[in-house]
Amino acid sequence: MNEILLKIDGREVEAKEGMTILEAAQNAGIYIPTLCHHEKLEPYGACRICTVEAESRGQTRLVAACLYPVEKNLVVRTRSEKVDKIRKMILELLLAHAPDSRGLQDLVEEYGADKDRFEKEASFCVHCGLCVRYCAEVKKKFAVGFVNRGARREISFVPEIASKECWNCKECFPLCPTEALQAAYVYTEALISSLPRLGRQML
Amino acid sequence: MDIARVDQIIDKHNSEASSLIQILLDIQSENHWLPKEALERISERLQVPYTRIQHIATFYKAFSLVPKGRHQVHICMGTACHVRGAQRVLDTLQDLTGIKPGETDLDLKYSLETVNCLGCCALGPVIEIDGKIHGEMSPTRTADTLKKYE
Repeated sequence: MNEILLKIDGREVEAKEGMTILEAAQNAGIYIPTLCHHEKLEPYGACRICTVEAESRGQTRLVAACLYPVEKNLVVRTRSEKVDKIRKMILELLLAHAPDSRGLQDLVEEYGADKDRFEKEASFCVHCGLCVRYCAEVKKKFAVGFVNRGARREISFVPEIASKECWNCKECFPLCPTEALQAAYVYTEALISSLPRLGRQML
Repeated sequence: MDIARVDQIIDKHNSEASSLIQILLDIQSENHWLPKEALERISERLQVPYTRIQHIATFYKAFSLVPKGRHQVHICMGTACHVRGAQRVLDTLQDLTGIKPGETDLDLKYSLETVNCLGCCALGPVIEIDGKIHGEMSPTRTADTLKKYE
């Protein structure tokens, strides 16, 4: 594997080819905030909170650190006026969905986000996809997935699978950056809707 | 739609997971909606997780997970049709069928849907029933046209 030298926040950092900026930064002990990232899962790039400034060949671009592969002589800035402004905006948009989520509170203070900036539409889900991807990639049960699209997208458990698999697992609950409220609710909903069917099977 | 017919359609596409959307489209055009049993069968035969099929079937507007009527009525509410009186035609359609846009009546006869342009603005106000365009609609002509579809 080729060693690649790049600069993160002014520090020389060594990384292997194929690594992402986020991995390189974590190895060097540099903190980049994330919401949809999980070490056991494939990078997804949903929350965009890990946005950083990346400068290569004289061009500066805003990229998602969890997806962008390291390259030679790349200069990364994890905190800058531009980055902070964008993270604040992303947080404010997420807060419209999950106003009191404790997972977001530290970031809210750090970036001075105003949770009342946008009209609240509390769905308690920020579409990070952690529960959906964990179930598919780690547990391989495919009990929970997304339905609908755009503004109406939400998670949904498949009742037939959920009633068999989820009770003894529930590993996706603690992953949720908005504290599993939504997953627990949707899961209960799926269980209830599977009851008549189960009743029929028992008869 | 019975499972045997679903199997036939799947076989036509050699049970390939990459043909998933085509299979769903075939079932949709034949049956006008996608019953849960059909989706479960596809999931089983194609080895595609049910959540993935559900995700795709709810993503595209071409698919319906609830029963649709025998006749699909689309009414154009685009600018040209609107200024030529599409609202009155819509009101007439709602009175005659007893359903609002996005709904299906209890006899499964009509499904009503509003669209934003059908691409023939010179004919406005336009309604489209089962793919056939009916132009220059007035409330009376709408009633006459609708009678032809049983």
